Parts: sequence; structure tokens; C-alpha cells
Amino acid sequence: MGCARGIPMTKAALPILTVLAAIVGIWYLAVAPMNIRVALDTVERTGAVVTPEGSVERRAVSVWRLMAQNREHVSAGYALDRPRLPTPAQVGGELWKTTGEMAAKGRAWSKRSLIYHSWITLRSTLWGFVLGTSIGIIGAIAIVYSRVADLSIMPWAIISQTIPIVALAPMIIVVASQLGVESRGVPKAIISAYLCFFPVLVGMVKGLRSPEASQLDLLKTYDASGLQTFLKLRLPGSVPYLFTSLKVGIAAALVGTIVGELPTGAISGLGARILIGDQFGTPLAIWAALFAAAILAGLLVTVLDVTQRLTLGRMGMRA
Amino acid sequence: MSQQPKISAQGLNLTFQTNDGPVHALKDVDLNIEEGEFVSFIGPSGCGKTTFLRCIAGLETPTAGDLSVNGMTADEARRSRAYGYVFQHAGLYPWRTIGGNIRLPLEIMGYSKADQSERVAKTLEMVDLAGFEKKYPWQLSGGMQQRASIARALAFDADILLMDEPFGALDEIVRDHLNEQLLQLWARTKKTIAFVTHSIPEAVYLSTKIVVMSPRPGRITDIIESPLPAERPLDLRDTPEFLEVAHRVRDGLRAGHSYD
Repeated sequence: MGCARGIPMTKAALPILTVLAAIVGIWYLAVAPMNIRVALDTVERTGAVVTPEGSVERRAVSVWRLMAQNREHVSAGYALDRPRLPTPAQVGGELWKTTGEMAAKGRAWSKRSLIYHSWITLRSTLWGFVLGTSIGIIGAIAIVYSRVADLSIMPWAIISQTIPIVALAPMIIVVASQLGVESRGVPKAIISAYLCFFPVLVGMVKGLRSPEASQLDLLKTYDASGLQTFLKLRLPGSVPYLFTSLKVGIAAALVGTIVGELPTGAISGLGARILIGDQFGTPLAIWAALFAAAILAGLLVTVLDVTQRLTLGRMGMRA
Repeated sequence: MSQQPKISAQGLNLTFQTNDGPVHALKDVDLNIEEGEFVSFIGPSGCGKTTFLRCIAGLETPTAGDLSVNGMTADEARRSRAYGYVFQHAGLYPWRTIGGNIRLPLEIMGYSKADQSERVAKTLEMVDLAGFEKKYPWQLSGGMQQRASIARALAFDADILLMDEPFGALDEIVRDHLNEQLLQLWARTKKTIAFVTHSIPEAVYLSTKIVVMSPRPGRITDIIESPLPAERPLDLRDTPEFLEVAHRVRDGLRAGHSYD
């Protein structure tokens, strides 16, 4: 897509790859101090000599001194089963083991497969996205056309976003179950919509108000009806704003779904994988789930980005 | 046939209430515009020339006085689509092609599809933009965009054309060219044109009647019936007759200024 803006693909990719390389480099460097204590405990158990001896004694010593005094054991930190911080290669391996490898064995929909959990999360995210976007667009139309709605909806919309979603999520789940909603997907979609509607609302209010006074006057000289003004001017004028906020909205919807999966005792979904990984002390599972979520977010935003370019291109506007 | 003026204002006043107190945008404006006339309004900023045009268009409501357009009130005239309005900025919709922009008023007014296409082709040809129907506004120069916006105002059957500094944002060379084209268009269509400008040569070159206005309060200080011939080549602007009219306009503007 970089080509569309006149920048060759390779040139556009270079800064991104540079940053990526820097992140991976820092990550690898950080693995040594993060894992040194666990590494020394592990090698000590196999009979190796470690200074100072004993896990309790080492607690008083800084990781830097431990690394300096046990140089030969630093590398053990890069091959632990339960590392504090896994290496990128370990995370990549785990990710592959729980996605591609399982899919190759025909077990993509197994409860241990991240493809299955990603799908559970994606489904709620999309429902939340559709719900949140609809609320955002309808709210924006109300705000633009009614001063009363402007004064009443907007402050509450802003306040709604200042409440930590982690505090609100359990309440939504309790209310949903009280109302007899059995499916776990419904409260998750509501939490997701709760985070997603706001950027859409703000963007659409701005978009629907983007026509200039002279453009509105022009339609008045044609004696255009309110509906005609909406359909022929305000709505098409808001499209670029809509897409920008949809991209923010879908990312928020994904975060909402994952947060909705954390405190609920859910057993499926990426959020549940993160929580379970934490409870069972398997950091590799947490990291793999985190990366699955990041990849999912990247895919969703890319789909919207391409849709935006195609739509604006068709509308004759330069994206 | 008793000749009723196309546009008639008697004792027109308009006061805006602002935070700094009332602003007298128009004071006791009396003016008749006959059918087929080309009337220019000239004056410094704040003299009410645009406000007066907006009153005729029914976009502003006078606080006192009588205003009739086509024998109706301004608002009735607006609702009967009696005029086409050209704004200072072309204001073409970026998501519509040039043809689509000209089609906009026709869609709103409910013309048939066949009629729409015919009128788009006809008006594009009138403003010398034939062949640009499928282009988007950003692909056209500023002068071409303004011509497209004139075509948009001509597309339906309004016999009054209200133009608010339509060439104000364009450079001198393009402006000369468009002035010449506008006169040809006016000769061909016999429309009644009210034209706001702050360029003396433009006002004198185009008009059959020049209305000189001055600010605080916005009022008419002079109305000049142009003695210039109907046939107006561009080099008319070097003749003594032209310079004489321009001189009178300049005097009118100066008189308005020494007033406050």
C-alpha cells in the first residue's frame, strides 16, 4: 500500500524493520537479567557451582552482581522452561506450536489451540464493534441534529470513558447473568462496545459537522430538505472521519473483549488464556496469547485501512 | 405590460445583535433591479454588499423594510428556486465529479435522469468545460472550479444569478478571462445578475448598473447607470469613457469613507 503514496514498498518498510530490530535486540538483552535468578536456581539443582550458594542468600544480591559472578550460567537463562521473560524465539516457537502446528495436525479447533481462542475473541470483538459503531453513529447524528442531545449525551459519553473498564466489566457480567443471558459472548460484546462507541461518536460528530457554512447555505438556496442535506452533504462528508475512528474503535473493541474475558472465569478466548497462563505460571502461554492478540489487532486495522483506501478512492478523494 | 422590477428593496434595514451591541449591517437601502440587468455591488469590507445579496437570497432576514424578488418575498423566491447562487469559494463536493456537482441541484429538485444529463452537458458547454464531466474537483484549476460552480448555478431554470465575489480568489489573468466569458454568458442567457465585487475595473467592465456602498452603517452612497456600450471587448478598459465611470466609482467610495 506504500506504493499508492508514491513511496516504494522497500523504503516504507525500512524504518519499521529498523524499529523492530531494535526492539528484538533490547528484548534479547533484557532476558539475561530478568532470568538470571531462575537460571541459577535451575543449574544449582543440577549440581553446578553458583556464587553465592542458595536461592535465599542470592535474594540480597543484585542481578548485575549475580551475572558478573556467574558468567558461565547466564546463557542458561535463554533456555528455561518457565522463564520470567521468554526470548522472542521461545515466544515464536510457542505461538507456532499452538497455531500452525496444531492446524497442520487438523486440531485448529482444539481447546489448546490459539486459533480457537482467537476466534472466540474475534467473534465477540466483531459483535462489540458492530454494536459500538452503531451506537456511536446514531449518537453522533442525535448530537449534531439536537442541541438537547448535544448537551445531554456528550458529557456522559466522556464520563463513561473515565471509569476503568476493569472495574465495570464484572458488573456487566453479573447484570447479564441476572437477566438470564447464558451466553458468555453477550456481556463481552457489551464491554467491547462500551470502549468502541466513544471514538466513533467523537469522530462522527466531527465528520457530520465538517461541511462549511457556505456548503450548507448552498443547499438552502436549493431549498433542500433536512434529509437531502444529511444524505448528500453531511453523510458523505463524514466518511473520512468515520474510517479514522473505526480504526481506533476496532482496536478498543479488541481490548474490551480481552478485558471482558479476564475476570469472568471464562475458559476460552485470548483473555482467558492470559489469565490461565498467569495462574498456572506458564509465561510462554501468556506471551503467545499476547502476540496472538497483537496480530489480530494488526489484521483488523489493516482490513479497515484497505477498505478506507478503496472507499475513498471510489469516492474520488485522495486518501 | 407594466414593467415590475425583478428585485426591489425599499427602506431595507438589517441589524445584527452581537456581544458588542447591535451592528447596523444595512441601513435604509432602496434599490430596484430590472429584468436582464447586470448590477454590481462595490464597497470596502463591512459595507453590507454580501449581506444585501444574502437578503435577496433569503439567507438573511431583514429587520425592517420591503424586499421583493420576482414579485414574491425573498423566502418565497428561495423556495421557488428563483435564483442560482455562486459563492466566493467554488465549494464543489470533493466526492462528486464535476458532472456530479452540477447534477446536485437537479437531483434535489427532482429532475428526471435524462433531463439531468442533458442539462449537465449543456451547462458544461456553456462555461467551456465540455469533456471535464468525469473529472474530480481536485483535478481542475481554481478558475475551472469556479466555472464549474457557475455551471452548477445555471443548471436549473433560475433567471436570476447572484454572485458573491466569485472571482475574488483568482489571479488577474484568469479573472480577466472569466469576466469576458461571464459577459458572453449573460448576453446569451439574458439572466438578471447581481454581482458583488471589490474590484473597480471588474465592476465597471461588467455592469449596466454599479451600486457603490460604504460601511458603518452599511448603505448605498451612489448608483451609477453605466453609459458603456453593450458590446465590451477587454480593451474597452483603456477608453476615456471607461476611466470616467471608474473615476466616479472611486469618488463614491472615497465619499463613503470620509463620512465616518
